[in-house]
Amino acid sequence: MRYEAPTTVKGAVKLLAGKAGLARVLAGGTDLLVQMRTDRVAPDLIVDVKRIAGMRRIEAKAGGFRIGAAVSGAELGEHKGMRKAWPGVVEAACLIGSTQVQGRATLAGNLCNASPAADSVPALIAAGAAVVVVGPRGRRTVPVEQIPVGPGRTSLKRGELVEAILLPKRPPRSGDAYLRFIPRSEMDIAVVGAGVSLTLDRQGVCSAARVALGAVAERVIRVPEAEAALIGTKVDGEALERMAASCSAACRPIDDKRGTREFRIKVAGVLARRAAAIALKRARGK
Amino acid sequence: MVRVTTRINGDEVTFVCEPDETLLDVLRDRLNLTGAKEGCGTGDCGACSVTLDGRVVCSCLVLGAEAEGRQVGTVEGIARNGKLHPLQEKFLEFAALQCGVCTPGFLVAAKALLERNPDPTEAEIRFGLAGNLCRCTGYDKIVRAVQAAAAAMRKG
Repeated sequence: MRYEAPTTVKGAVKLLAGKAGLARVLAGGTDLLVQMRTDRVAPDLIVDVKRIAGMRRIEAKAGGFRIGAAVSGAELGEHKGMRKAWPGVVEAACLIGSTQVQGRATLAGNLCNASPAADSVPALIAAGAAVVVVGPRGRRTVPVEQIPVGPGRTSLKRGELVEAILLPKRPPRSGDAYLRFIPRSEMDIAVVGAGVSLTLDRQGVCSAARVALGAVAERVIRVPEAEAALIGTKVDGEALERMAASCSAACRPIDDKRGTREFRIKVAGVLARRAAAIALKRARGK
Repeated sequence: MVRVTTRINGDEVTFVCEPDETLLDVLRDRLNLTGAKEGCGTGDCGACSVTLDGRVVCSCLVLGAEAEGRQVGTVEGIARNGKLHPLQEKFLEFAALQCGVCTPGFLVAAKALLERNPDPTEAEIRFGLAGNLCRCTGYDKIVRAVQAAAAAMRKG
């Protein structure tokens, strides 16, 4: 195996696109090194992106934020601007693993590891986040929901990597939230996760909403029917119930030791409703 | 092999390692710093905790090659000039260890926790140290030792 730590994005792309056999990007390494250790992957080349200065920064951009692909959860959690504008994204990222894992794990890694139970991904999809993908043919901007295609699989092509995550400008009266169910209080993998982001108009009517669910399908899913149940309402009890029912209806979960199919379907609606209530409170400035 | 120059507990160190060798294996097998322990090897138990540029990480989930030009802190660097750190003193006083395998990781993680939060609540300590597993103490003595060390450190 070869280890390389390029200092430019161009250098990283050149290495990844080169004739090197199996290549893997190393950001936080909290998934990759475990996979190597347990013989699930044996890369010929590791490209460590943490020496690329632009991938280590969070920048305010176009009213939103550009989060470099190598920014850790701990760094994100310490960023006041992000905490204020996108508390749901930050709380989802900071739920991942221990303090030790937080010191290394990244949003981009959580996304590209493509676990259906990834905590930050429902929050990012709810936030309407996009990623900057860079490869031999240049850059493209892709909505987050188009990156994972199945467990452990992404839509990235050979030689491509995620350079940054883009969070859009936040309109006034907006809020987001992420909740997950785990049988413990800390340090576990989501049995169900729900991310909700919404915006209210001056009359308190929901003018925009995005809802995403984790661990209930082969990848994190966006639920347009749940969003439609909120838009045009005052996000009252009735609207929340309809949204919860839409969420449950959208689930196609596996049945495993962490949660039965029935449990996940039921809990997806409950969590989405609770997350929406928190997002609503935040949108109202409370 | 990769040649790496880094700072460990303040001292400049140069080593060579395999490109896929973890920082934990480098510390233990090449540099004879055997304080950090391998419990799980997959980032779940925290026995291998060290600091990397001031942040606590699992050294089993860091490649040795990644340490180039960085600052690594291990349990060996916590006592200074032969004098134990308040956390180490309180771990002894409160009997916050039995077999001792988790202790270096707890000390490194607790020190990093107190540097960021000198007056943590019990809940903050328990959540902050959730990445460190102990199978002997039941955690209570560890939490009490960290609280006592925090109080001693605030007094100076």
